[in-house]
Amino acid sequence: MATLSIPNPVPSAIEDAEKLRKAFQGWGTDEKAMIAVLSHRDAAQRKQIKIAYEEQYKEKLLKRIESEISGHFERAVYRWIFDPVERQAIMANIAIKNNVVDFPVIIEIACVNSSNELLAVKQVYQSLYKHSMEEDVASHTTGDFRKLLFALVGTYRYDGEEINTELAKTEAKILNDAITKGEYNSDEIIRILSTRSKAQLHATFNCYKDAHNLSITKALSTKSPNDFVIALRAAIRCRTTPTKYFEKVLRNILQKSGMDEDTLTRVIVMHAEKDLKEIKELFQTRANMTLEQAVAKKTSGDYENFLLALIGN
Amino acid sequence: MATDEQLALTRALSGDGGLGVEESTLVSIIGKWRKKPEHISSFRKSFNRLFSITGHIEKCEDDHMQKLVMEFSRFHQITVLWAMHPHERDARWANQVIHKNHPSSILVEIASTRSAEELLGARRAYQTLFHHSLEEDVAYQVKDSKSKLLVGLVSAYRYEGQKVDNDVAKSEVKALHNALKTAGANKIIENDEVVRILTTRSKPHLKAVFKYYKELHGKYLEEDLSGDALLQQTVLCLDSPASYFSQVINSAFKEGANHAETEGLSRVMVSRSDVDIEEIKEAYAKLYGAKLADVISKKTRGYFRDSLLSLAGESKA
Repeated sequence: MATLSIPNPVPSAIEDAEKLRKAFQGWGTDEKAMIAVLSHRDAAQRKQIKIAYEEQYKEKLLKRIESEISGHFERAVYRWIFDPVERQAIMANIAIKNNVVDFPVIIEIACVNSSNELLAVKQVYQSLYKHSMEEDVASHTTGDFRKLLFALVGTYRYDGEEINTELAKTEAKILNDAITKGEYNSDEIIRILSTRSKAQLHATFNCYKDAHNLSITKALSTKSPNDFVIALRAAIRCRTTPTKYFEKVLRNILQKSGMDEDTLTRVIVMHAEKDLKEIKELFQTRANMTLEQAVAKKTSGDYENFLLALIGN
Repeated sequence: MATDEQLALTRALSGDGGLGVEESTLVSIIGKWRKKPEHISSFRKSFNRLFSITGHIEKCEDDHMQKLVMEFSRFHQITVLWAMHPHERDARWANQVIHKNHPSSILVEIASTRSAEELLGARRAYQTLFHHSLEEDVAYQVKDSKSKLLVGLVSAYRYEGQKVDNDVAKSEVKALHNALKTAGANKIIENDEVVRILTTRSKPHLKAVFKYYKELHGKYLEEDLSGDALLQQTVLCLDSPASYFSQVINSAFKEGANHAETEGLSRVMVSRSDVDIEEIKEAYAKLYGAKLADVISKKTRGYFRDSLLSLAGESKA
């Protein structure tokens, strides 16, 4: 469930556009007013606000925001404004064009969405960037990463509930063979992970666990995992237990030393109107504090206020 | 001495020199020989490909009966295919490649000549029919060197805009040429860069790549790929589907064409009739110096022939 909270009744798009305009005018920016509007509107409403603002004030809302605010706060608001599909297309493109492909973003987008959701992201990606997401992922990666990411992004997976138990057993064994040989980049691991349906994958991993008393992600834990194995485990988690995956990502950021605002922003912004509630609840049981408390501890200023508004109460 | 009817009946039932059967001839002879069983009896005694004297009867030969079933059913098959949703057709053909050992070339054909939306539609239909994704079945069943290329091709959801970056196209010509130089003849189909370029780039981009390849190296890419038929076919399908389809049609008409080759004729005519049959007719005339309609009229029979001509946008000969 979403954590996004929308006032009832919700102001019209024109009223909201006016409020934002007021927030931009004069010296400095009234960030609180900005947050009050933007962080409490759903995707459709945000789109209407954009349109109303542009019609009324003859300038692009995003351009104005970029000039008014900066840093982590700006990046978070920028990503938030788009609807989920366009947002993911934009974030995928940013991840791909990075100096080193930001693989967790690609993996999350490719693995957490249903086949049709991912297809929608790819369609928007094509219209925005005049390339297919697959071709950009492929041309910006090499070797094992290309194999894995391309397969995850490119497959239009079957989303049905049927399970073939015999096949699950066979493929659990195939996975085990590859893992015991340390062949983490094996074509078979990538094939199974990227082409099988979620239901079938669950069944396969359950067979694996039954047979070896060890979850597959634990089995893939080595003392010093390389990026590829990390990517593999992320893909497995995203395909089968996304809530736990995102909870762990948040906990890693918020309870360890150092800080990764980009990832924090990404998780909050991408899930606030989707399933942040479940992630939050899990976080609380595992971190012994609420997500709000953890975020408040490690962030500050407008950035903190914006995130807290999205996380909701 | 054989009567005209006996000759006509022989021709109609022998499967010689043409695909399909001459239904109207058969019907008329059945009418003419009514109450004259001595005619058909005499025919049975003379037509020993279909009948052989066994005991007191001229028994039907099983082999030839099978062949006849095939010839009679060409019209049936083409009609059913024609009536089907195009996506279901493609899904079923793909499934036959995977589960009935039909040639991989059909999978390459479907994946490379359909538009992005048509291929996606075929994949959706495949899921509806078979409760698996096409990608997962291809990846699971094809474990040899073709696997990378085939999985890549069926997974494709290509950009369909016209925008091409010529610098990127030229650099990919280099990449292809390097791959060809360094890879062994039978390894080229597994080469990462070859597969990436052929399976992910948009068709306009690839046409530019193929064009630059010829300009830079004086040879068509297909010529340099002559060691690998599937790769050659992929390039041809992506660059000039009309030429590719003409070749498939032509194979069906050659002497000793096998079952897969003759089925190719029906497949192409049904799947392209509403798409690019005009371009195919042009390409066919250029390649083989003959009008497709003429060749169809000469080499096919009966309702099968008539349906092919209709699919080709021609009236009956």
